Amino acid sequence: MGYPHRPHPRETPVLSAHFGDPDARSLTGWRTRGGYVALERALGQTPGAIVDEVKASGLRGRGGAGFPTGIKWSFMRPGDGKPHYLCCNADESEPGTFKDREIMRWTPHALVEGVAIGAYAIGATTAYIYIRGEFTEPLQRVETAVREAYAAGILGADAMGSGHRIDVHVHRGAGAYICGEETALMNSIEGKRGNPRIKPPFPAVAGLFGQPTTINNVESLAAVPHILTRGAAWYQSLQLSNPKSVGTKLFSVCGNVARPGNYEMVLGFPFGEFLEDVVGGAPTGRKIKAVIPGGSSVPMLTRDEAMGAVMDYEGMIAAGTMLGSGGVIVFDDSQSIPRMVARLARFYAHESCAQCSQCREGTAWTTRILERICAGEGTYADLDTLLDIADNMTGKTICVLSDSCAAPVVSGLQKFRHEFEALIPKKQNTVAVAAD
Amino acid sequence: MTHETTADAGPVFIGTIREELEAICARYPSRQAALLPGLWIIQRERGWVSPAAMEEIAGLLGCSAAHVKGVVTFYTMYHQHPVGRHFIQVCTTSPCGACGADDVVRTLLEKTGCGELGVTSADGRFTVIEVECLGACGFATPIMINDEFHESVTPARVPTILAQLK
Repeated sequence: MGYPHRPHPRETPVLSAHFGDPDARSLTGWRTRGGYVALERALGQTPGAIVDEVKASGLRGRGGAGFPTGIKWSFMRPGDGKPHYLCCNADESEPGTFKDREIMRWTPHALVEGVAIGAYAIGATTAYIYIRGEFTEPLQRVETAVREAYAAGILGADAMGSGHRIDVHVHRGAGAYICGEETALMNSIEGKRGNPRIKPPFPAVAGLFGQPTTINNVESLAAVPHILTRGAAWYQSLQLSNPKSVGTKLFSVCGNVARPGNYEMVLGFPFGEFLEDVVGGAPTGRKIKAVIPGGSSVPMLTRDEAMGAVMDYEGMIAAGTMLGSGGVIVFDDSQSIPRMVARLARFYAHESCAQCSQCREGTAWTTRILERICAGEGTYADLDTLLDIADNMTGKTICVLSDSCAAPVVSGLQKFRHEFEALIPKKQNTVAVAAD
Repeated sequence: MTHETTADAGPVFIGTIREELEAICARYPSRQAALLPGLWIIQRERGWVSPAAMEEIAGLLGCSAAHVKGVVTFYTMYHQHPVGRHFIQVCTTSPCGACGADDVVRTLLEKTGCGELGVTSADGRFTVIEVECLGACGFATPIMINDEFHESVTPARVPTILAQLK
């Protein structure tokens, strides 16, 4: 549902069906809503059968990359004699994204159940849920759910009487966007600075504590119990013309819109209808100018581009951007794109772990130039320098944080160059033009 | 959260607090993995993480004090200095920035008497900082006061929110 609003008739609430319903938070409440039936059934099957079912469902990672969840699980070799780990990535920090927060606030047992199923499927006896430090309420809700699940024998040495051990621990972050990057997240659990690791080795080979590890997003794991209960075919049937992007996805909508909130849509929904009809468009009297459709790390779209886009993995790529985390940021015609881009660049400069020089220097330099432009002290040459720096920040670092900083800068300059130019003092304009 | 301003308040991890740390250590195959949770305990007990506390936890978890310092300085939520009794973080990242977060910051700085970001008010009650994305963008502007979230904060609501604090 469009929490905090009433569900829109065009939504398909699966994960969000109980948002806003405090009774769904407790173990008893969750069980009366069908909770833990999927886990109990899963523990009676082989791990391979669960992996196959999730593969067949077509579920793709909801954290941003869109990698098929079942295939990721299949990289874990059962019976290799090593301890396996499952990490649930609840470090939701991507500007524009606030969906995992609502899953944890309203349906914490949905996550605990998904985590337990995931752990069993990959042959792990221990799972860690890594929750960002600022999420105090989600943290408390999930900790309570884990405690209840242990007390009821759902977790522990003999999970649901199956003879299988499943331990789930909550690990609180402490303020670092980069810990949402899977290898940084593992370092953070290990008690280190959250610096991303060079891949390979990939986590499935050598991850947390050097052992085979799978990292899944909150929303992906929360979808798993539904898939096991209703079947892969049901999940596959949730599609609108694109068999590669199936199921429902939570879209967090924020910025200048009439009804900000979380909306659960079947993938493939027309973005234009979503923005105008479901979300209610820009606030009264204003017009949408630009939209960042998948969290701040993806290229921004003009209003016209957004209106023609399709809300799924392939549809957003066709529109020149990405589905990402599903965090939809809307800017109306009262906003200055250079100012918004400058503020995003400052975010990335602040959050760079500073390992790679392209990122450490590039994000800071980009921010300084953009803030100079916004202060009316920029030059034409600055615009070219920004693109040059962005080029050096793309595809050249250990992780994609610096690429993420470049995305709004490049797309902002490509699509709204006139707004940047308008901030450049006229006198320097003339000089720059004359110099050309 | 209590806020002691003296660095020499003695060891943190004694009695039940030491037991709490050991129970956390049992969740991981390495003691060092209990570092972030351990630092949270220090901050809960003392209000900030002093150099003495960093040395103490380094000894308990078998890592160097330099490693601990590196970790403390990496994560923004650990206070390396005492802060106001009410530590206020305002999200000003672009989505909130587009919805008036800067006005909320200005009003908070004025009404708390802090005047400037990061400066504790003369009465020791308040510190206001800007924070990067709080992950509540649909509820702009979110602010955090210690562990408490306030959503959809506007300049007009600031006096009411502050009046509820001691």
